[in-house]
Amino acid sequence: MYLFISPWIIGFLIFALYPILSSFYYSFTEYDIIHPPKFVGLANYTEMFHNDLFWKSVVVTVRYTFIGVPISMLLSLGFALLLNQTIPLKGFFRTAMYFPSMVSGVAMSLLWYWIFNPQIGLFNYILSWFGIQGPSWLMNPDTALYALIIMSFWGAGAGMILFLAGLQGVPSSLVEAAELDGAGRLRIFWHITLPMISPVLLFQLIMGLIDSFQVFTQAFVMTQGGPNYSTWFYVYNLYTSAFKEYRAGYSSALAWVLLIVVMLCTALIMKLSNRFVHYEGGVNK
Amino acid sequence: MSSIPSLSTRPPSSRPRRKVGPVKIISLLTLIVTTFLMLLPLFFMVMTSLKSKKEMLKFPPTFLPESWQWSNYTEIFDTLQFGTLYKNSLIIAVLSVIGTLISSALVAYGFARYKGKGNKIWFMLLLSTMMLPYPAIMIPQFILFSKMNWIDTFLPLIVPAFFGSAYNIFLLRQFFTTLPEEMFDAGRIDGCGELRMWRQIALPLSGPALATVAIFAFIYSWNDLLTPVLYLSSSDKFTLPVGMASLTSSRFRIPPWHLLMVASVLAMLPIVTLFAVAQKQFVEGIVLTGIK
Repeated sequence: MYLFISPWIIGFLIFALYPILSSFYYSFTEYDIIHPPKFVGLANYTEMFHNDLFWKSVVVTVRYTFIGVPISMLLSLGFALLLNQTIPLKGFFRTAMYFPSMVSGVAMSLLWYWIFNPQIGLFNYILSWFGIQGPSWLMNPDTALYALIIMSFWGAGAGMILFLAGLQGVPSSLVEAAELDGAGRLRIFWHITLPMISPVLLFQLIMGLIDSFQVFTQAFVMTQGGPNYSTWFYVYNLYTSAFKEYRAGYSSALAWVLLIVVMLCTALIMKLSNRFVHYEGGVNK
Repeated sequence: MSSIPSLSTRPPSSRPRRKVGPVKIISLLTLIVTTFLMLLPLFFMVMTSLKSKKEMLKFPPTFLPESWQWSNYTEIFDTLQFGTLYKNSLIIAVLSVIGTLISSALVAYGFARYKGKGNKIWFMLLLSTMMLPYPAIMIPQFILFSKMNWIDTFLPLIVPAFFGSAYNIFLLRQFFTTLPEEMFDAGRIDGCGELRMWRQIALPLSGPALATVAIFAFIYSWNDLLTPVLYLSSSDKFTLPVGMASLTSSRFRIPPWHLLMVASVLAMLPIVTLFAVAQKQFVEGIVLTGIK
């Protein structure tokens, strides 16, 4: 058996465990990658807490996450509920909404870079149909982050597919029984549908958080962290301090903080979920 | 191949609806509006990629190009070395897919077929690495690869794939556990070793699941920006995302909008093709990994 899983075990040791441990060590050193690391104790961590750019990146990332993830999830769930009825052209709607979420990465960033251009872009053009004079989006420190949040909604289709699968797992016998008892749509949703799909909600929440803590491509391609650091995401900050300023020690400290935050968030959500998430007869394989 | 256990998790929902009420009409309208908004960017992307430089700067944007500039599509090969970028991305993606398929299928088989105590611990570790953020480990990895003199080669982008990826191992393991035990018993009676059972029983029955993994691995590699940005420094080794990212740099006083759109269209092309060919695998792959 170990023969079969040995590739992964080796990979785990080399590409995960060793990096985690060594970055823990590096985080207590001053290290420019060329000269050997020099032990400096907690200096990197204390510097971090006095560093404006660090706090800026935390605020930007937290704001992006706490606004973007809940709205994305609501949109995904909403679309899924709409599509979970007998409705004409269902297959077409599903494909059309899911498709944009396949277009990720730089291609999507370039496309939206144009969409948000205030002079020639699509977004302000559509707003102008409603007589709204749009802001200059990516060029304005007050709106740049919101532009990126709006762009993230374009990927809501992936979540929609998950919710749709979850919704189709809701036994219709339960719903019919409730209907016979005279329950309205809202009550059925609240007392049957929502508890039944709560494992999907949980999964989406955790993955959504982890993903949005790691935003990099958009910042790198569309804004370079600007204007005025308004899109200075955590991982962009980590990248610049490691690979532009060659401060591997300080960046390792940043990496460890990220790791701990991700672990804490996951643990917290899992703990809370014991109360709210419903696993049917413990069938989670 | 006819006895493939179905991946589909959805039973046919045949609950009869009572009436075509206002709820359904509002739903339909909402769907039409959102679908329109979701597809509009894609429509404009394709159209804009065919407009002339001058027409691009017009506001409001024209729906259809006034004159169709197919030459934009040749221009990008000159300005961006697009051919080289495309080739590099393809090489890396294809080798990553091969590596991921072989290693993930092996490891997943190990996890699916043996249920010892040690196995369970390793499996929990595997699941927890799915949450491990890449940025948290990229610096020591970079140092490791630079000590091996792998900087500015494709190796750091390909070799890790040959050690399996947690997400895909998990997906395949879920699939392998659904294969009927009797087949392996029969194989054992016939004197098959485990490796042979893996190759001749498990793999041939897992076509759809393997296709899903291949697609995921391809998309992941094709879209990845951060890793190649770290490791590739000479421009003839750049991948598509790295080369394309330079289009928004301050090197251009006015961004070459038409080229931006051409690049986006061409970068999406393989993924669109894959999607058209294997839509089912996309959806089921997401569903399979997502809810269990």
